[in-house]
Amino acid sequence: MSAPILELDNIFTDIAQYHILHGVSLHIPEGGVHVLLGRNGAGKTTTLRTIMGLWQAKQGAIRFRGEDITKQHTSDIARKGIAYVPENMGIFGGLTVEENMRLATLDGSFDQDRLQRIYTLFPALEKFWNSSAWSLSGGQKQMLAIARAMIEKRDLILIDEPTKGLAPAIILNMVEAFREIARETTILLVEQNFLFARSLGQTVAVIDDGRIAHSGTMAELVEDAALQTRLLSLSLDAHQ
Amino acid sequence: MKSMTTLVERLGGINLLPVLLAIIALVLIGSPSTWLTLTIAGLSMGMMIFLMASGLSLVFGLMDVLNFGHSAFISFGAFIAASVLAALAVWVAADSVLLNLLALFAAISAAALFGLVAGWMFERVIIKPVYRDHLRQILITMGALIVAEQIILAIWGGSPVAVPRPNFLSGSLIMGDVTIEIYRLFAFGLGLVTYMALHAVLNRTRVGLLVRAGVENREMVEALGFRIDRLFIGVFAVGSALAAMGGAMWAGYETLITGAIGSEMMIIVFIVIIIGGLGSIEGSLLGALMVGLMGNYVAFLAPKMALASNMILMMAILLWRPYGLRPAVK
Repeated sequence: MSAPILELDNIFTDIAQYHILHGVSLHIPEGGVHVLLGRNGAGKTTTLRTIMGLWQAKQGAIRFRGEDITKQHTSDIARKGIAYVPENMGIFGGLTVEENMRLATLDGSFDQDRLQRIYTLFPALEKFWNSSAWSLSGGQKQMLAIARAMIEKRDLILIDEPTKGLAPAIILNMVEAFREIARETTILLVEQNFLFARSLGQTVAVIDDGRIAHSGTMAELVEDAALQTRLLSLSLDAHQ
Repeated sequence: MKSMTTLVERLGGINLLPVLLAIIALVLIGSPSTWLTLTIAGLSMGMMIFLMASGLSLVFGLMDVLNFGHSAFISFGAFIAASVLAALAVWVAADSVLLNLLALFAAISAAALFGLVAGWMFERVIIKPVYRDHLRQILITMGALIVAEQIILAIWGGSPVAVPRPNFLSGSLIMGDVTIEIYRLFAFGLGLVTYMALHAVLNRTRVGLLVRAGVENREMVEALGFRIDRLFIGVFAVGSALAAMGGAMWAGYETLITGAIGSEMMIIVFIVIIIGGLGSIEGSLLGALMVGLMGNYVAFLAPKMALASNMILMMAILLWRPYGLRPAVK
């Protein structure tokens, strides 16, 4: 396995008076798609937000390419090459699709090759390029959120439950898109949809009650029904 | 009905409200010349209120900061402009339009420069420590306002201060039965130019794009790699400069000012940004024009209702659109 691009070392995070993460440790190898699974309220979103500096870790260290980013400002973390696609997509509805995309570029100009790749993956964005983002459907907004993370070369993309509330046809489209993105970028994907996660993930970590309950390869988890039942309270068979 | 709605939307939709208000007023007033005089007075008043309100609206929208000290910049702007005009009394009274313009430019520039620098300091010293704490924001900015008013009292005294108007802005244009104060036309023009400049910056520059995005979701702007707090300092300083500029123009309109000038305008400013919708320059302009027109029409038709009219307008609009006419975040 390659050297980790991101390491979380014994991270504790509190939100107001609530203790959410209780010593999360993760090693995300460079390249491919890596999945963080867990039920609602397990601490998945908090983990991503803590990595981005949107919530401060109370204890522990987060290292990106070996550099400690635990106390750094969110914007500085983003400029190191980490993109974040939040669960609510973070679309600026009052801006056009073009303005949303332009905002995600660091100098305000588009790399035309990248833009063409995005148009190929998500043709709807080209069609609605000058439309207000309010007018997009849920699936199109998710496409825009992901396209925004792709418009610049990023080393790592953190994506929070991208399939939530989307139709199966759009989820299939997302699988293709993530495979394309993973050719040049590492993806840390937070998911509850195990079928979607297993179709993409190389490694998997399962978080429960703010602690990592399991980590290993996705293949191990897929082959071990007992482990799935224990960790996720689900059976692959039931989802097929 | 549907085609009517489409037609209204095509003609400008909600932006037509001031026009609708003016048409209703024309019917009620009856006399076209009186109506025109009141309409121009209302539009110029609206533009001056827009100058005072636009910065506060952006500050509310961008950083969710409740700044009750905003009126201090209006007051300081008014008194600084009055002092500059008094110091340049010879230019102000001269027959040369150039000298008049220079005096006016110096007065407005001094007020705006003060607003810019004082706004920057105010943000650093007063606002920064109380981000994300509305109760403390209200308390500390109201405290700062009291201190500012006492400073004005100490410097300019308690008696009303006369504000000389440059010679070329004195008097009125008379066209038949219609009388239009030249100062009001100038105030309207200056407000319009300021609005167009703000609109261009917000819609055609990268900084403007960041401000508009920040008003909607500042956390996401930071996650895209931008320091919204640094942007906010700039917006706060510019908003304060606009308030001071509005105060300077309002001082020339009133011609006699007291230390309470800012506090008196603040209620109107709050009404404007609530009617217009937080964080929106277009909303502020729409709200300011509605308030300016309403104030002038009602003062003519039912003088005793003048003060209440804008409150009633605000209530009616909030019942119809709880987030205001054109909020930045829908």
